[in-house]
Amino acid sequence: MEELLLEYLPILIFLGVAIVLAVLFVVGALLVAKQNPDSEKLSPYECGFEPFEDTRGQFDVRFYLVAILFIIFDLEVAFLFPWAVSLGTIGLFGFWSMVVFLGVLTVGFIYEWKKGALEWE
Amino acid sequence: MILHALTFYLFAAIAVAAGFMVISSRNPVHSVLYLILAFFTSAALFVLMAAEFLAMIMLIVYIGAVAVLFLFVVMMLDINFVELRKGFLQYLPIGALIGVILAIELIFIVGTWTFGGDTTLVAATAQPMVIEGGNTEAIGRVLYTDYVYAFQAAGIILLVAMIGAIVLTHRSRPGVKKQNITEQVHRSPTEAVELRDIPPGQGI
Repeated sequence: MEELLLEYLPILIFLGVAIVLAVLFVVGALLVAKQNPDSEKLSPYECGFEPFEDTRGQFDVRFYLVAILFIIFDLEVAFLFPWAVSLGTIGLFGFWSMVVFLGVLTVGFIYEWKKGALEWE
Repeated sequence: MILHALTFYLFAAIAVAAGFMVISSRNPVHSVLYLILAFFTSAALFVLMAAEFLAMIMLIVYIGAVAVLFLFVVMMLDINFVELRKGFLQYLPIGALIGVILAIELIFIVGTWTFGGDTTLVAATAQPMVIEGGNTEAIGRVLYTDYVYAFQAAGIILLVAMIGAIVLTHRSRPGVKKQNITEQVHRSPTEAVELRDIPPGQGI
């Protein structure tokens, strides 16, 4: 238990260093730099005009489709990791159970390929 | 050991604070970013519980994919969130009522809970064990054999999610010019090119 956590100690130290550095830069800029704001400096600027609209543009729904298909195959790969590690102990049954799982998802993959969901136009 | 406890309380406090900021920040994009922070700290808590595989899956699936999906959803909705939040406080009484009921239930549960006679034994067993070969292998040893039905059900659910997403969001746009390589390759010169013998001085 303790040995395992000691392996993660460098990550914790890196995290601490990163947070300290980030805070140092922000606070340092606040303390050292000359602050002289006025309303014109702080207003958003768009080529000499007032901003026409909200900067938050609306995304196309196609991005969502790509993202959700990515998640599904991401999960499929996540299931493959423990299977690959323990393949020696789970035997033929474990092997074929994963093959069936992959087969089910391949059905979906063929469906989305034929449907043209992977094409961007 | 003291470092272990300190990191736990640090990450737990950040997780709770980030969870609170998810529901209280005004900008929904900031909410998603705080959600990512909450996911990250819970991954760190998984590492502290020696559940390394779950922690890494948390990083890959939740931060890498689900958070991006939430960002897309937030960016896809054309809602003025400032206006949406105007009537936010009028739900306070019913929210407070539900909160109080849940708190009373929690008090009832915790109030009837008693420690076992030998508390040192409980403290000793609360430590997670490190399994031989790491917990990735420990999951793999049972997931594909003992829990095969749950595993196949997960596959079916993923398939349904895939088909559902395609049915709901995919629409083929007519009139878009696309390159069809098979069609290009299968063109034969006989139908593509026509040779005409033109006499001099005359058109076709």
